[in-house]
Amino acid sequence: MANRPMLEIAALEKRFGANTILKQIDLKVAEGELVFVIGPSGSGKSTMLRCCNRLEEPTSGDIILDGRNIMGGTSSDLARMRLQVGMVFQGFHLYPHMSVLKNVTLAQRKALKRSKVEADARAMDMLERVGLAHKADAYPAELSGGQQQRVAIARALALDPKVMLFDEPTSALDPELVGSVLKVMKDLKAKGMTMLVVSHEMAFARETADRVVFMDGGVIVEEGTPDEIFGSPKADRTRAFLSRVSG
Amino acid sequence: MDRFLETFFNPVVMAKYAPDVIAGMGVTLVIAAAVIVAGIALGLGLACLRAYRRKIPNFFIICYADIFRALPPLVLILILYFGFPSIGIRLSGSMVLFIVLSLTLAAFAEEIFWAGFSSVEKGQWEAGIATGLGFTRTLVYVALPQAVRLAMPPLVNRVLAITKMTALGSAIGVVEILSASTTAQSFSGSATPLTLSVIAYLAIFMPMVVFARWLENRTAWKKR
Amino acid sequence: MDIFLDQFFNLAIMQKAFPLLLKGAWMTLQLCVAVILLGLVGGLFVALGNLSPRRWVRWPTIVYTDVFRALPPLVLLIFIYSGLPFAGIKVSPFTAVVIAFLLNNSSYYAEVYRAGLISVAKGQWEAAASTGLSRTQSLIHVVLPQAVRNVLPDLLSNTVEVVKLTSLASVISLSELLYSADMARSVTYNASPLVLAALFYLVLLWPLVRLVSHFQRRLAA
Repeated sequence: MANRPMLEIAALEKRFGANTILKQIDLKVAEGELVFVIGPSGSGKSTMLRCCNRLEEPTSGDIILDGRNIMGGTSSDLARMRLQVGMVFQGFHLYPHMSVLKNVTLAQRKALKRSKVEADARAMDMLERVGLAHKADAYPAELSGGQQQRVAIARALALDPKVMLFDEPTSALDPELVGSVLKVMKDLKAKGMTMLVVSHEMAFARETADRVVFMDGGVIVEEGTPDEIFGSPKADRTRAFLSRVSG
Repeated sequence: MDRFLETFFNPVVMAKYAPDVIAGMGVTLVIAAAVIVAGIALGLGLACLRAYRRKIPNFFIICYADIFRALPPLVLILILYFGFPSIGIRLSGSMVLFIVLSLTLAAFAEEIFWAGFSSVEKGQWEAGIATGLGFTRTLVYVALPQAVRLAMPPLVNRVLAITKMTALGSAIGVVEILSASTTAQSFSGSATPLTLSVIAYLAIFMPMVVFARWLENRTAWKKR
Repeated sequence: MDIFLDQFFNLAIMQKAFPLLLKGAWMTLQLCVAVILLGLVGGLFVALGNLSPRRWVRWPTIVYTDVFRALPPLVLLIFIYSGLPFAGIKVSPFTAVVIAFLLNNSSYYAEVYRAGLISVAKGQWEAAASTGLSRTQSLIHVVLPQAVRNVLPDLLSNTVEVVKLTSLASVISLSELLYSADMARSVTYNASPLVLAALFYLVLLWPLVRLVSHFQRRLAA
């Protein structure tokens, strides 16, 4: 925890019309830290995550990435910021008309302006890392959900992001495929990646997270180490939620 | 700006030739209505016939639909209007226009209805036949209503495109909107009658375009 | 029967008219290239306008598509060719055809593109944006290829219509295929050149019409 903050969310608010989705969210993620966000559906945790790369535009507040405020700025500032923030979606969102390799090289070529040789080499390294180098020429439709999600992770990693955001990365997967994706995430953590994860994989959170944040009704109710949150939650809402999910 | 108004919106010219253009609207509407009825009826009939899947009739239906979808209507109009009199068949301009546009619409309508039939699930046919309806009654009572519903949005668009082609009548002396206004243009020496024709066409077809858009949005909604 | 053959399938006349029609067909092809390319590009911009979140962009382009889908292309053509000179704007037949059909085709292509763009899931835009691609890059590399693939049959069948429409240019004496054939007809008092022109159109368009049907069947299956 002595590390400098890599991602800082300060006084974040998000409203849709009269509905307030997020209220005064403050959260810091230190370099190399894995922060896990849990909470019931509709608690605003995905919205908060999507505000971190401004796929969702915050109503007010600041997002500070590696010491730089990413609010405001031109659309090209926005694109440059997003290069540094990798995102993995629940629905994978691979490009169906491109091979796996092209999925991973597209943004390297067009946004980072890497050469084809460089982008291909980098893509193969990343595919190797997620265990799918042999699928480089396959198309997304030929892959299982777990494989697609690992390609999506490789696609984000290839851009050398400072932070990785995971939005329920395993929720759309068949149970037997979840493990392969979690293994890749665990490996990332071991290599020192800064990660902010929204997920329902409580066992995984307990094992790998540095810190767990519980959100409900658009606010952070409580945060602490996995042992604190899962072992002795302080708030009633946290206790109620945990007893429900552990069934 | 004054000159522009004078050229395209001259009130005197407008008042003088509006009756001619309105009469042209009548001709356009009558021919369009006749084309819609005949074209859709023929197209639907052919699609139903095709559903029986007899080899020889189907071959001819497909050839017919292909040829009339590939040929520009104006080519057919000129052949009928200028070619047929010399083999003893003399048709009026309106008749030629009606025949060619109906046959063209029928070709497209046949393909659209057929696509509708093809996407009716096989189980629907089986259910109809299994309940003792027989093929023809299954076709009429089970498959047809489903096919027609699917066919509506593309059919409306096609009807719109083909009824607009009544303007081609101006090339063979049918006194519909366009030819009424080009005649008026040459008599008056003003472009205002052309503006009148634009207004007349918009008055007829704008509601149809809006209807087509509404229909498309509605079906798109239902799919979700 | 003989008189029918003589009137519509007179080989001697067809042979004589052939070079003239070939020249006309060349003009038709040039027209097609100009009109199709402009329509495809113009239509894309109009479609993007149709889908714009900004109201002052969206509404004018929607009115544009509706107006030009409501007006018969021949009316547009006549208006531009014989109406604009009254305002001191003189245009050549070729230019008149290109302008009239650009207005007409871009509206029709726009409707096709719009359906295609809507059919691409929002997640594709988000995934592209999250990897730092700009809006334009996301459109070109990620969304548009999928949109086009989804509406390929409609794009193709619209293109068939565009090619057929070029025959309207004959009305303002642009010497394309149909005009050349009608010239030959009026000189020979025989409809065979028109039939020959019809055959030209069939050779050009029948394969495309088959392809459209093929795509539609594959999509339905």
